[in-house]
Amino acid sequence: MLTRLWDNERFRNWFGQLLLAAACLSLIAWIYTNTVGNLASRGIKVGPEFLFRPANFPISESILPYNPSDPFWWAYVVGLGNTVFISVLAIAFATVLGLVVGLARRSGHPLVSAIAGTFVAMMRNMPLIVQLLFWYALATTTFPAPREAWNPLPGVFLTLRGVYIPGFQLGPSGALFVSLALLGLVAAVFAAPMLNRRLNLGVTLSLLSTLSIYVLCISLLWTGLDLQPLATWPELRGLNFVGGFRLSAEFTALMLGLVIYTSAFIGEIIRGGIDAVSKGQWEAARALGLRERQTLFKIIMPQALRVIIPPLTTQYLSTVKNTTLALAVGFPELGLIVGTVINQTGQAIESILILLAVFLSVSLSVSFFMNWYNARVALVVR
Amino acid sequence: MAVYAHSSPTAAEMMPPPVRRTPLREVFFGDLFSACLSVAAIGLLWSLLPALNWATLDAVWVTDDPGECRAGGACWAFIADKLRFILFGIYPPEEQWRPLLVIGLILGMTLISLPPKAWSTKLLAGWIAAIAAMLALMWGGFAGMSFVPTGKWGGLPVTLLLALLSLSLAFPLAVVLALGRRSNRVVPRLLSVLSIEIVRGLPLVGLLFVASIMLPLLLPQSWTIDKLGRTLAALTIFAAAYLAEVIRGGLQGVPQGQGEAAEALGIPRWKIVWHIILPQAIQKVIPPLTNTAIVMVKNTSLVLIVGVFDMLSAGRSAATDPEWPAPFAESYIFVGAIYFLICFGISLYSRWLEEGIHSREYK
Repeated sequence: MLTRLWDNERFRNWFGQLLLAAACLSLIAWIYTNTVGNLASRGIKVGPEFLFRPANFPISESILPYNPSDPFWWAYVVGLGNTVFISVLAIAFATVLGLVVGLARRSGHPLVSAIAGTFVAMMRNMPLIVQLLFWYALATTTFPAPREAWNPLPGVFLTLRGVYIPGFQLGPSGALFVSLALLGLVAAVFAAPMLNRRLNLGVTLSLLSTLSIYVLCISLLWTGLDLQPLATWPELRGLNFVGGFRLSAEFTALMLGLVIYTSAFIGEIIRGGIDAVSKGQWEAARALGLRERQTLFKIIMPQALRVIIPPLTTQYLSTVKNTTLALAVGFPELGLIVGTVINQTGQAIESILILLAVFLSVSLSVSFFMNWYNARVALVVR
Repeated sequence: MAVYAHSSPTAAEMMPPPVRRTPLREVFFGDLFSACLSVAAIGLLWSLLPALNWATLDAVWVTDDPGECRAGGACWAFIADKLRFILFGIYPPEEQWRPLLVIGLILGMTLISLPPKAWSTKLLAGWIAAIAAMLALMWGGFAGMSFVPTGKWGGLPVTLLLALLSLSLAFPLAVVLALGRRSNRVVPRLLSVLSIEIVRGLPLVGLLFVASIMLPLLLPQSWTIDKLGRTLAALTIFAAAYLAEVIRGGLQGVPQGQGEAAEALGIPRWKIVWHIILPQAIQKVIPPLTNTAIVMVKNTSLVLIVGVFDMLSAGRSAATDPEWPAPFAESYIFVGAIYFLICFGISLYSRWLEEGIHSREYK
């Protein structure tokens, strides 16, 4: 009877799967009982109650308001805010720099492509954390005192106390002006051509002339409103700088490291995308009399984008995950806050679970979106 | 009758079409755009000159007096002074020939394994024996060698051993996960997808936290795994998830007919997987596998965050010596250069392999 059952393939199949599932469940149960026993014997209380107690530790910088009497949950939110802030900035700058690097590697100019190639090889083959520590060391030990600040660009000062860059200040009228200007830009670049096409006005303006009209209008508005200056420049007064924005050494090192490291990878992705477009496309565009740059941006890049976007998303995701390395230079993003809370309260399990849950939800939602997007793009392919 | 000449082409006919060599001056300053590029590139190199000056002309290469390093140049004398510390950490100085031998073993085994012709089960056995020998050398406690606990291991051997062990332990795990993900049974597929996606969705720092802080809470109290072992576990799990995805790509590339043909011949299922599918799949993904190896070598540096004394930690704590004027930058450049040599070496090797595969394909 039993051997007959064993010869039945469907039975064997299900029996194997059930066994595997049971093994997994018992592993989880075993871990659970271990944990409960360990926590009880060490007298650690697990639960979310601690989240509502005051945190009592400082956070050196944050984009959300924070002070040490705020509860722990708010400290986590502040850390998350910093993580998001750093991620968005790093991704934006790295994409721009990566585009430059990728195009430079493909340029016919031997010096430019050699520089870009060296840059990519250096950055990709050294761990990010070494680079972060290097920039941090530079910013905290090699930069001069404010009095002898290095001034590589007008309005940018590198000092031991941080990097000073021009800031901007918005009064109520300034805010009005900036929002009007942004609205105008959107109208000029997107809305006007669309209206033109919809209503068949027959007015054809190149992007360049639209933009010049826009700049003219903005400058008229500027002189008409007679505003206060929008920018404040850092100035040396006494022993330190006033005005402008001060970027801390931690922030500067983290941004430099992340942007430079990521841009090398993005540059390679973009170069790969350009290489993936067949040579015939270049030749056909040339035969039609398009210029090199027109070919690149109107023929090659749109086709390359399909190859570029999936690895680019992966790269963006790993950049978000890489922000946790800020721990090494002491910038207070979520990972550092989690580390601090563990040190202060011993609520390790809850804190680590929060960290894991945040990153898992970001990663999984992006990868679901990418699967959906890939399926859509795949349908469009003829 | 038309006569088609089938004479073999002469050498001149077989030569590639002549390439028009653009004169250098035209390349650099031919039109406005390339002139702008040239100026920008030269300007960029020019602005790097002070850094070059710092690293060479102003640098202090040899000195017994750390005070000389305060002049403003790079302090390479510091690296020379601390070389043993950065490479071997706090391993007992009189025993440092052991980690040196370990590095030599790794280097020698790698050199032997480079040509694809050398790959065989014998070589695999050789590697397993070599790794066992390395661990035995590091620990000691026999044949007159004193016992050195993992807490005193440090520097380059730790970095290399972590990379080597995590990759080799992760590989079989990754094969199982990849096969599970491609399986048509629900339970193994679900388990593999879940574990791969969860691990890939997490930053390695998170996993290292779990391993170093949470793991002791999850296991029975009698199980004591030291810090190095716990970080190795985290690195292994991380590598397994990424390797599994690479291997899955290879499995997808094996034509379905291969498995079907084998089934038609009545070959048992495990033999089909082991002898027919897997060898083809893995051969297809050797270049991306070397990429994962580079990623893992770089990732071992993260163990600094949980306090394992790898090469980077050694470099950092060497620079805190108050006798020297905080030469952190030099220390990180040195450590970075070693990582660069390893990783760039692997990527050159992978390119060489890929060329070999291509030339075999087109023959």
